[in-house]
Amino acid sequence: MTQSFRSASGGLVERGRTLKFRFAGREYEGYEGDTLASALLANGVRLAGRSFKYHRPRGLIAAGPEESNILVTVGQGGRRTTNLRATEVDLYDGMVAAPVNCWPSLRFDVGAVNNLFSRWLGAGFYYKTFMWPHWMLFEGFIRRAAGLGQPSTEADPDRYELAYAHCDVLVVGGGAAGLAAAKAAAAGGRRVILCDQDTRFGGSLLWCDAEVEGLRGRDWVDRTVAGLSTQPNVRLAPRTTAVGHYDYNSVVLLERVPGREGEARDGARERLWQVRAEQVIYACGALERPIVFPGNDKPGIMLASAARQYANRWGVRTGDRLVVFTNNDSAYDAALAAADAGARLIAVVDSRANVDAQRQKQITACGAELITGGAVIETHGDTVLKGVTVREGAGRTRRIACDGLLMAGGWNPTVHLYSQAGGKLRWEDARAFFRPDGVRDAIACVGACNGTLGLAAALQEGHEAAAFGRAGAPASPQTEEPAIEPLWRVDAPGKAFVDFLNDVTAGDIAQAARENFVSVEHLKRYTTLGMAPDQGKTSNVNALAVMGEATGRAPAQVGTTRYRPPFTPVSMASYRGRLRGDLYRPYRHTPMHAWHLAHGGKIEEFGEWQRPALYLQPGEDHEQAVRRECRAVRTACGLFDASPLGKIEVRGPDAARFVDLIYANTMSTLKPGKLRYGLMLNELGIIIDDGVAARLDEETFLVGTTSGGADKIAAGMEEWLQCEWIDLKVLVAPVTTDWAVINIAGPASPQVLAAVGCDFDPDPKRFEHLSFRTGAVGGIPARVMRVSFTGEASYEINVPADRALDLWERLYAAGKPFGIEPFGIDALMQMRTEKGFLHVGSDTDGTTVPADVGWTKVANRPVDFVGKRSLLWETNQDPSRPQLVGLSEAGGQVLAIGEHVRDPKGDKPTIGYVTSSGYSEALGRGVALAMIQGGRARIGEELVTTRSGQRVRIVEAAAYDPKGERLNG
Amino acid sequence: MAGYPARATVKEYSAFRLLVEGLRGHTGWKPTWRAVEPKPRYDVVIIGGGGHGLATAYYLAKNHGVRNVAVLERGWIGQGNTGRNTTVIRSNYYYPESIALFDMSVKLYEGLSRELNYNVMFSPRGMVIAGHSRHDMELMNRWAGAMQAYGVDVGLISADEVKRRVPALDTKNKRWPVWGGFTQGRAGTARHDAVVWGYAHAADRLGVDIIQNCEVTDFRKASNGHVVGVETSKGVITADKVVISVAGSSSLLAERAGFRLPITSYALQAFVSEPVKPVLDVVSWSLATGIYVSQSDKGGLVFGGPLDLYNSYAQRGNFPTAIHAVGALAEQYPSFGRVRILRQWAGLVDVVHDSSPILDETPVPGLYINCGWGTGGFKAIPAGGWVMAHHIATGKPHDIGKPFNRKRFENGRLIDEAAGAGIAH
Amino acid sequence: MLLIKCPFCGERDEIEFRCGGESHIQRPASDVSDETWGAYLFARENPRGVHFERWVHHAGCRQWFNLARDTVTHEIRSVYPITAPRRGPSQ
Repeated sequence: MTQSFRSASGGLVERGRTLKFRFAGREYEGYEGDTLASALLANGVRLAGRSFKYHRPRGLIAAGPEESNILVTVGQGGRRTTNLRATEVDLYDGMVAAPVNCWPSLRFDVGAVNNLFSRWLGAGFYYKTFMWPHWMLFEGFIRRAAGLGQPSTEADPDRYELAYAHCDVLVVGGGAAGLAAAKAAAAGGRRVILCDQDTRFGGSLLWCDAEVEGLRGRDWVDRTVAGLSTQPNVRLAPRTTAVGHYDYNSVVLLERVPGREGEARDGARERLWQVRAEQVIYACGALERPIVFPGNDKPGIMLASAARQYANRWGVRTGDRLVVFTNNDSAYDAALAAADAGARLIAVVDSRANVDAQRQKQITACGAELITGGAVIETHGDTVLKGVTVREGAGRTRRIACDGLLMAGGWNPTVHLYSQAGGKLRWEDARAFFRPDGVRDAIACVGACNGTLGLAAALQEGHEAAAFGRAGAPASPQTEEPAIEPLWRVDAPGKAFVDFLNDVTAGDIAQAARENFVSVEHLKRYTTLGMAPDQGKTSNVNALAVMGEATGRAPAQVGTTRYRPPFTPVSMASYRGRLRGDLYRPYRHTPMHAWHLAHGGKIEEFGEWQRPALYLQPGEDHEQAVRRECRAVRTACGLFDASPLGKIEVRGPDAARFVDLIYANTMSTLKPGKLRYGLMLNELGIIIDDGVAARLDEETFLVGTTSGGADKIAAGMEEWLQCEWIDLKVLVAPVTTDWAVINIAGPASPQVLAAVGCDFDPDPKRFEHLSFRTGAVGGIPARVMRVSFTGEASYEINVPADRALDLWERLYAAGKPFGIEPFGIDALMQMRTEKGFLHVGSDTDGTTVPADVGWTKVANRPVDFVGKRSLLWETNQDPSRPQLVGLSEAGGQVLAIGEHVRDPKGDKPTIGYVTSSGYSEALGRGVALAMIQGGRARIGEELVTTRSGQRVRIVEAAAYDPKGERLNG
Repeated sequence: MAGYPARATVKEYSAFRLLVEGLRGHTGWKPTWRAVEPKPRYDVVIIGGGGHGLATAYYLAKNHGVRNVAVLERGWIGQGNTGRNTTVIRSNYYYPESIALFDMSVKLYEGLSRELNYNVMFSPRGMVIAGHSRHDMELMNRWAGAMQAYGVDVGLISADEVKRRVPALDTKNKRWPVWGGFTQGRAGTARHDAVVWGYAHAADRLGVDIIQNCEVTDFRKASNGHVVGVETSKGVITADKVVISVAGSSSLLAERAGFRLPITSYALQAFVSEPVKPVLDVVSWSLATGIYVSQSDKGGLVFGGPLDLYNSYAQRGNFPTAIHAVGALAEQYPSFGRVRILRQWAGLVDVVHDSSPILDETPVPGLYINCGWGTGGFKAIPAGGWVMAHHIATGKPHDIGKPFNRKRFENGRLIDEAAGAGIAH
Repeated sequence: MLLIKCPFCGERDEIEFRCGGESHIQRPASDVSDETWGAYLFARENPRGVHFERWVHHAGCRQWFNLARDTVTHEIRSVYPITAPRRGPSQ
């Protein structure tokens, strides 16, 4: 007996296409066009889930994204998705779905024991206990009991996309008002995007019996959508939910691409759109409120509008014997629709004393009873609804047998996105809802979203907002709107749920009020109301009204909590889009990258560049390779790819003045053709970069920076020139990647240069250290600089990037007879460490000033420069500051970088730490640099490392060739 | 003292009391803190009903017997950063001044639930910071050396051990492979609102008046310049001493009082996912992306990332920053990809250049300020309150608070954790 | 997401720009007092309302300019040259 609750005809399902699916271990059938929710109801499945805290039996309460009872898990392995609302899962053949948060089964759920103890598990019970001996003893149990679904533990293999769009008008919601708006905007020639969270457009016209422009509502929708779809200036976006409104009408949309949830697919699973619109029209409708009465969470009880949707859209009857409980007129149409779908309408319980005569007639015509001034005060049935107890207006109570109860507590305009956009809300007493207040430029709310529940007025608002580019006319109650008298809470004993998913009751709210959690935000946080995956869509307004009653305040005085994005939950992966793995962040490669790989280069990321740390030869380990490379440079010749070094050309009549301002030391006295090492500071006097500057000519400097600093320093120069020293005539051109840099270093390097041929004399005696030549090396135009970070005779050959690999290979070939070896970052760092050369970022941190690294005199420079005034602070001249010195381990061991040291005679736990360290092949022992408090005055003193207790001595920074005699070969 | 005895014979909150109240429908609970209207005069007025302001009030009453105290809150207590942060508590700081302050705070958190008779759910579940390069590992070794020297329980672990403790973290990620990790065992989380309510509750029972919906609009000063009271939306309240404890709004009150602060207010975003069963047992942090994440007791993955990119007084975040934070989390924890973000929000954080707090008297005599915590104030609530209470009650800064003075923004004696240790707060 | 009208390139999304913070701060000479220097480095208006700040079109023309932005609504009230005095509504 499948689909026994499906009507014989009607609805927007394809009855010719039967789909088999499994839910909670049982097999069912549905039709194409069903959601999991509608298919479950078609099969008469009432008990479909368990609640969060008390594990109470629950059934479907809604038909849309506001569903707050039935969450399911679909898919396996990496495609397992949990906490999906059954109402948002499109049914497909072979789907397997399971309810969350019940064990071992939906029917027999061990967690339901909580319901027995529920009197002790009310609002905030955990704040009052579990303190002894400590929370951690209890936390594990609580954590395992909490949570809802079990997520995947495997990587999600699906694809996601980030997408961008611009339009003149974004219409959110494709119901009557939204379609009218889109139509008018399109007719005006504007670029329109119309989105709707549903799989098809139409909104309530899909399930209300309405007539528009002489057509049945559904037919009008089809005609309108067909018309829009042919217009080139319109983009239709079904299955697309607006989830966030950000500044300047930037709206984020989540598109759920059609496909079988939980199964592999070709394209993206979801697409996250960022849309910038000149005008945004919110036409996202309204959500119906439940009524707060004892036992209102029993499976079989649902929103009246949901029952109407199931009946008309899916041809599903939500019960055989229905009772309706309402405080407003809108439930009557729902009741009639349910009756049309084959249910027997038993009674309508209306909390109002007076009900429109026409309505009365309709009800009695179905053979049902109308109970005015009444209320449902109790519900019956174990796991599903079997009956209700009704209190009549006169106070008499009686029991009515039924298997379905439709509740209609009034409507809440979907103001979430308008509110996110900063829009204010206004409470309307007569209509008992918050609606958008005031007119905002370029944002309009129309139709039910604006509180306009009548169809004709909604259509007009939509049309006008788009046609005239303004907000809808202020909505006032209209005759076609359902009359309402608020009923916020039925006063009767028993658990009356306000937030179904988080199990928050009216009693919890009353307790919160007693305990002074009367602010709506405190209420939310104390009781967890509105914080469940449904984000309070059905509970917030009821809750604040119940709180208002408890504290003698009107809903307007209580106010709402902040509406925060996203409107509905958004998968994390959709934020990532295609940025994944290798694509997450670009790699920066030098022109010689492939060569490095082919020659055993072990690539690591240094300062955003992929660079060889070392070149491994067969049979070597890392340390052996680094030692071999050092040996080659110190005794013969080495080749180093220095391309990432920052290069900035600074040119103009005032270039010399400018470099004097940005360096801590004087650069203007540099002669053309010469180089000088310099430090750059920020305004706090902190060292931010270092490097060698070359004066190419009177008006041009080539400023060298560290690899990692290249972009920041160039940007910083621009800022100084454009914002501070605006009179200086200087141009700054970052040229880092225009020039590749090959560093050839070691005593044999002049011969290798001579062997490949260069049109200048490479002899280090005549081509002096810290000077440069422009010329050709191996026939390739080059700027060659005599600088050295290894301490050996060294040439930095700058060549156009596209010629670099050619030159590199020729140098390597020419160097072979001389014993040339390529060397990586590790060998370079090792050699500069034994030379005591500073490496910014290793030996310095964000607190290091020039005096700390031995530059004590720059503070006395007579001219101003960036950071100078800060160097005059007493604290920056304090001799006890950390200072860069060498450290020598007593047994010649290598110290770990980051190791701290202390003075065995002092009481400080640490007085400094190792900044650079390694094994010196040349010296046959470990060498290290360190930042030691007052270190320079303490050279010769002995310290110990804090953890390993190694004895170390403070020494001069330069351990190898301290006089620098090797620079000239 | 307004109704309640300072020390009840039966603890107000306990398993026993819960049992009794459960049986009688929870009708016997008193207000967690009283709803009161302000008196015309107090010894001390504290502006700002966040964690720091309430803790200051509590320790004034508890440690110094100063009980004629009012806490004035513009809206509802805890509405600012205390109720908007990602609740991480740790003391793995680099400089001894910071270690002293934050480790004091962790120690106070360890006993806080019983101290306040309110379960703040302090959960020292441990923290793992993943390093993604050799440089990261060297940096971590440097932190570990300093912190261990000062007695903080930190250590270095291998990449395999990182994977064991944080199974969801992709330690072999293409762009951010994990080289190793840095841990603090005593670090963890607490329930942020409970910290607010716990301090409010305990301070209230000692006689402190907590006044909500009371906005301070201006200060009253004597002819000698000394502060003598505040003007509020509920009238003038006089006081001998006034404390500003309002985080992102500090500059606004300073302007009313006539001085300027080295503060810029930024929005800091935080995110929470739908609740899921336990998938993450520690606080996990990546040096490469700056993303930190933990799982709340309710099951939501709570995480955050960097500051928004320009100053803001809007308590909402910007989408480009959200894209970065959520995208990086999904990439680094690939099994979280299908878990869905439930809410995103932002706090207004008071950022100073060195990311360390200001705990000091202001240029206006009698007016004190506790600000500059930036993104890291929650973890310091007990210590911040303790140190400020000492300063106010004794007139002299607490030893631990002394380095965190205002003058450092004139004399350059910054305590720059981000610069020194590379840890953003 | 701001929509910023670069004076040189026109309207662009904020991700192309970088904010340089408060503008119109006078850089003092290097012989000023600690107090003056400290105020230059650290003291900021940090208003709740209109903030005069400088931005650079980093991923575009790389030019700096000033703008006046409301720090609550993020509404940009005026865009003006980097060398011009404050322009836009007063706070």
